[in-house]
Amino acid sequence: MDLFEYQAKQLFAAHGVPVGLGETADTPEQARAAAERIGGVVVVKAQVKVGGRGKAGGVKLAKTPAEAEEAARAILGMDIKGHTVHRVLVDPGAQIENEYYFSFLLDRSNRTFLAMASAEGGMEIEELAVERPEALARVPIDAIAGVDKAKATEILTQANFPAEVIDSTADTVVKLWETFVAQDATLVEINPLARVASGEVLALDGKVSLDDNADFRQAGNADLEDTAAADPLEAKAKEKGLNYVKLDGEVGIIGNGAGLVMSTLDVVAYAGESHGGVKPANFLDIGGGASAEVMANGLEIILGDQAVRSVFVNVFGGITACDAVANGIVAALGMLGSSATKPLVVRLDGNNVEEGRRILTEAAHPLVTLADTMDDGAEKAAELANSAK
Amino acid sequence: MAIFLNEKSKVIVQGMTGSEGMKHTRRMLASGTDIVGGVNPRKAGSTVDVDGTDVAVFGSVADAMAKTGADVSVLFVPPAFTKDAIIEAVDAGIGLCVVITEGVPVHDSTAAWAYNLDKGAQLNGGDRQLPPRTRIIGPNCPGLISPGKSNAGIIPANITGSGPIGLVSKSGTLTYQMMFELRDLGFSSAVGIGGDPVIGTTHIDCLQAFQDDPDTEAIVMIGEIGGDAEERAAAYIAEHITKPVVGYVAGFTAPEGKTMGHAGAIVSGSSGTAQAKKEALEAAGVRVGKTPSETARLMRELLSS
Repeated sequence: MDLFEYQAKQLFAAHGVPVGLGETADTPEQARAAAERIGGVVVVKAQVKVGGRGKAGGVKLAKTPAEAEEAARAILGMDIKGHTVHRVLVDPGAQIENEYYFSFLLDRSNRTFLAMASAEGGMEIEELAVERPEALARVPIDAIAGVDKAKATEILTQANFPAEVIDSTADTVVKLWETFVAQDATLVEINPLARVASGEVLALDGKVSLDDNADFRQAGNADLEDTAAADPLEAKAKEKGLNYVKLDGEVGIIGNGAGLVMSTLDVVAYAGESHGGVKPANFLDIGGGASAEVMANGLEIILGDQAVRSVFVNVFGGITACDAVANGIVAALGMLGSSATKPLVVRLDGNNVEEGRRILTEAAHPLVTLADTMDDGAEKAAELANSAK
Repeated sequence: MAIFLNEKSKVIVQGMTGSEGMKHTRRMLASGTDIVGGVNPRKAGSTVDVDGTDVAVFGSVADAMAKTGADVSVLFVPPAFTKDAIIEAVDAGIGLCVVITEGVPVHDSTAAWAYNLDKGAQLNGGDRQLPPRTRIIGPNCPGLISPGKSNAGIIPANITGSGPIGLVSKSGTLTYQMMFELRDLGFSSAVGIGGDPVIGTTHIDCLQAFQDDPDTEAIVMIGEIGGDAEERAAAYIAEHITKPVVGYVAGFTAPEGKTMGHAGAIVSGSSGTAQAKKEALEAAGVRVGKTPSETARLMRELLSS
């Protein structure tokens, strides 16, 4: 899960990382009131989970509360790379003397953590990494040893931070590492980390990604979730504990196992090329236990998608028994009754496949067609979706 | 021969007495795996009747190894306890630790991996570049099977038998699908390495092991979106693998920024796309199928030529 800037900075502040902490506003009037409370010059910043908002006009300086209100009016509702702005952050203006960059992240390739730091902050880090790689220090961090003040000093020295800020910034870096570990983050980034006129070094912007696998021990994660922006079908699926991602095609997909479902999407997309360009409508992995209830929940979500014209159920029974899946489908269709109106193509293979196919053949539900292979199933489902256009 | 697991492997199950552990211990036993014990400190000294076979429960991995000569552990413990269970297995010095558990926080996997490297380095004069203490497979993986010899994990043993193909895959069900597609030919070993961002055994480790295995004639490598493991494997194949390799990559239709089921399966910006992985593999001389069935056909052509 990626956080908004204001959430990232709240986490930083909670762990003692110095931040320029402003107030959020959802309306221009709230922005004005926030600017009045903060006093002086403020910066009004769009809260979106995508880079490049400055260039898109999503960050504006305001000298008075009236200007802050006006800035918020311009920014709220703005579309930045497909993300609509619902909230702004009103931050105290800062007199920036120098801008630096600092982050901790998971380095998948090397199976370790990594610190990245540069005395040349402010620009997009991807650009810096390409244009001036020598200006970006990359220091592997041992997951067990972690980061103490000595390690932090080493990183900052390697990144050519000015000598006079290293000592105080090293304390900040240690606190940022504590944030990274305590929150089960996969990324904590400060860009810019700025030296302001007072001499302080502050996090003026923040980016944080959290590991969903750690939700069980991170009670606060649920509150950080952006339920407003979630697709309504995805939100409903999550409530039912289903692993569902909404896509923009016409063929609903249900399968078991992430890899097989991803592969099913591809095979359906290829089949669609010769059937009017129909595409997969979603990713849905029902996992190991394809009970009637799970199948009914899955079908209900998929049939709730107005764009769906046919559904392809692709199950390889490894641990899951195909007869249980078949019973699940029959029972699910029974539960859904007349609300199930789209044709279903079902491909079953593996554990107890004969019994599974027999159950579906005997049930002879008018919406259900059996397919012999994954390719046949994709072909039939694409054809049905196209002819229902 | 086979890789990592053979008829001599003696297997213990950490978390055997839980419901998943019991279910799969039963399946492993039925498929001929030599299960020599389970581990549960609270039930140490007891015996569990698994479909007529008495399996002893030990208090620790070290105790189980000392009393049974076990050299493989399969883990079914819940995510919150997985890190400690891996560290226990590494401390005991077991050769192979197969972590089935899904949903392990990546900070835990990364710490367990660092611990494993440290323990290996202690045995190797401080060199962390040398092999770690224990071969860890997973987490979030289906395990591995050497058909007809042994089965450590949850891969169904009845899909196919032994044969000349080696298989390595991030995904469980795609492993099953590919074994099913090529069931008439059979497999030396099939390894599901798992879909998490940090895993113990990579495509490269398996490719090298298959290269060194005299019973493996050709290799199928299945990848998916996210990370750069496939690109690294491609570079490795070009340099070190002389046996023929056929590839498949899942997730061409996956949109940017959405996690597709596996914690590691996410396209971020231009990195981690299926297209980039396919191109890297093809540049290394790997024939890449567009679908599982086409991939199976490429393997057939290769073995019959």
